[in-house]
Amino acid sequence: MTGAGASAVRVGLVYPELLGTYGDRGNAVVLVERCRRRGVAAELVVVPAGEALPAGLDVYVFGGGEDDPQEAAAAGLRQGRAALEQAVAHGAVVFAVCAGFQLCGTVYSTGDGRRVEGLGLLDATTEAGAPRCIGEVVSDTTDTLGVGLLTGFENHAGRTRLGRGTTPLGRVLVGAGNGVGGVDGAVRDRVVGTYLHGPVLPRNPALADRLLEWVIGPAARHAVADRWGAALHAERLREARLRGLRAWWRDRRLARG
Amino acid sequence: MAGAEVGPPPAPARTDLRTRCAVAAGRFAGWASRVTGRGAGTQVGGRIMLALAPGALGALAAGHRVVCVSATNGKTTTTRLLVEALRAGGHDAVWNTTGANMASGLAAALARPHTARLAVLEVDERWLARVLDPLRPALVVWGNLSRDQLDRFGEVHAIARTWRALAEAHPDLRVVANASDPHVAWAAEPAEVTWVDLGAAWRDDAATCPRCGSLLRWSEAGFACPGCRFATPPAVARLRGDELVVAGTPVRVPLRMGGAWNLRNAALALTAAHLHFGVDLAAAAAAVGTVEAVAGRFTTIPVGAGRTARVVLAKNPAGWTEVLHWLTTQPGPVVLAVNAHLADGRDTSWLWDVPYELLVGRDVAASGERALDVAVRLDYAGVDPLVERDPRRAAAVLAARTADQAVVTIVASYTQFTALTRSQW
Ligand SMILES: [Zn+2]
Repeated sequence: MTGAGASAVRVGLVYPELLGTYGDRGNAVVLVERCRRRGVAAELVVVPAGEALPAGLDVYVFGGGEDDPQEAAAAGLRQGRAALEQAVAHGAVVFAVCAGFQLCGTVYSTGDGRRVEGLGLLDATTEAGAPRCIGEVVSDTTDTLGVGLLTGFENHAGRTRLGRGTTPLGRVLVGAGNGVGGVDGAVRDRVVGTYLHGPVLPRNPALADRLLEWVIGPAARHAVADRWGAALHAERLREARLRGLRAWWRDRRLARG
Repeated sequence: MAGAEVGPPPAPARTDLRTRCAVAAGRFAGWASRVTGRGAGTQVGGRIMLALAPGALGALAAGHRVVCVSATNGKTTTTRLLVEALRAGGHDAVWNTTGANMASGLAAALARPHTARLAVLEVDERWLARVLDPLRPALVVWGNLSRDQLDRFGEVHAIARTWRALAEAHPDLRVVANASDPHVAWAAEPAEVTWVDLGAAWRDDAATCPRCGSLLRWSEAGFACPGCRFATPPAVARLRGDELVVAGTPVRVPLRMGGAWNLRNAALALTAAHLHFGVDLAAAAAAVGTVEAVAGRFTTIPVGAGRTARVVLAKNPAGWTEVLHWLTTQPGPVVLAVNAHLADGRDTSWLWDVPYELLVGRDVAASGERALDVAVRLDYAGVDPLVERDPRRAAAVLAARTADQAVVTIVASYTQFTALTRSQW
């Protein structure tokens, strides 16, 4: 799958009718476009709800969803677990947001307290908590994926605990993220989960390119025509600052020593 | 049951002293707010009335036959069209003209001096449960439910649940309901419903069955659940294109306002007026055809240099999608003006649920406080926008760029829309 001469990069948008509440389609669109703009053939493969998950995709994008759709998605995904595990074993990338992130864990609880089995791609368990976490988020991935500060918007009731040895995606500077331990998301090999939407990849082109690097190699480091992406990223960070989020600065100062 | 007519008008009620004092104080505050230029006065006046006399809403509504109109999209327009349709049948109605649709706005509308014994009130979908008992509506019109500002209002299913609880608590409640929207169909089911088949426009929020959670199947006939057999209910009225058939009688809906969504609003209004108030269908259709603009929607504003732009409100992905499809039939440059205040929804993720690809090849500006979010979205859609935060200036620039005199359309999120059009109301 990696390197020159490979066939088109296939980016799967998984169950968008169920896992697409927060514009999550945008994450898949951005991955495909950033390949194409570098001259790398890429296609968006929509996996409609009710269909089996194919094993041959290069990237699997999961989005957020409401409670009932999330449960319907969980049932479908458990049936496709073997295909997904096979794809992951062959180096496929899984990028999962919000409800999709919860589904990649071992188990999550619904709003009314039922426990639903997840895919177990990440060692993470989620319970519903109060209050709901809503608002802009800034997290720092310098020590994990090395793509600096991420900006996004979160809207969820989940409290996600990571198992020992599971790496969070970022340290939360603004917002709640996982709601536990001051971190957001999780990373295991090429499986990445986060609570950030916005959607997160249009707002954070560096993260999009890091995911693509795992698929197309150094070509993902080539400059790409993205006229406004960097400006949006900078604006969102500036906004977080302007809102007088002193904690953010305090943390940054501490982090930098 | 397909719409027995709503009973005779009740006798005018005498409001109690406390309500009358509260109404006087509220009117004064509303007047003060207007003359000092602080606002339209509707909200503040109503709020004062309800603070002084919490029972004022019920007291003011007594003596009226009340119709409540609620939906995620289209409630303001449906209300206005219903008022016109009823007028065609000789029923004069008071209504909340400025679209203030929470308890304070409803109280203010009912407190305005009027002689009408009929009140058609647009009600915020999340306020309906709180005002239903005081208003005791003779009829409720339910349009559609779709995602709208998830950061503020929560999920679609939660609103459908509160509506359904109302129907369960009032099984004799008369409802004119959109049979094509799974959430509305499920919510209205326990009531006395006149079903209107509007065809499904926005399905993205109705993937799963509201009753059992299974994945819904869609066909020409509507939706059907393979799990529990919940399906599009058989409707007495059906809209296809601009033809509406009500209980076997066909009528063309001659709207002056553009957009397929307004045909759906009109179909609900006409069905309600005809089957519940006995208004002649053709006369009602002719009446709604005279409406040109509702509460500033589709109004024209000056943008400088002698040029004008028309302003269209789009509040959520379903609304934006409708507007963009309509724009494919309208030539001319387009300004997309987006804010992310509380009333717009602070989360701009929805930009990616809207097919901005429909604007490819056109002259487009990304505008509003969140112009950069719009610009990034447009860039990935294959549109290279002008980025200009001020929508009037953006419209003027695009207007100057067009050789012909093609009209510029500004599509605006809520706070952009109100800022641009407030003076026109
Ligand atoms: Zn069902």
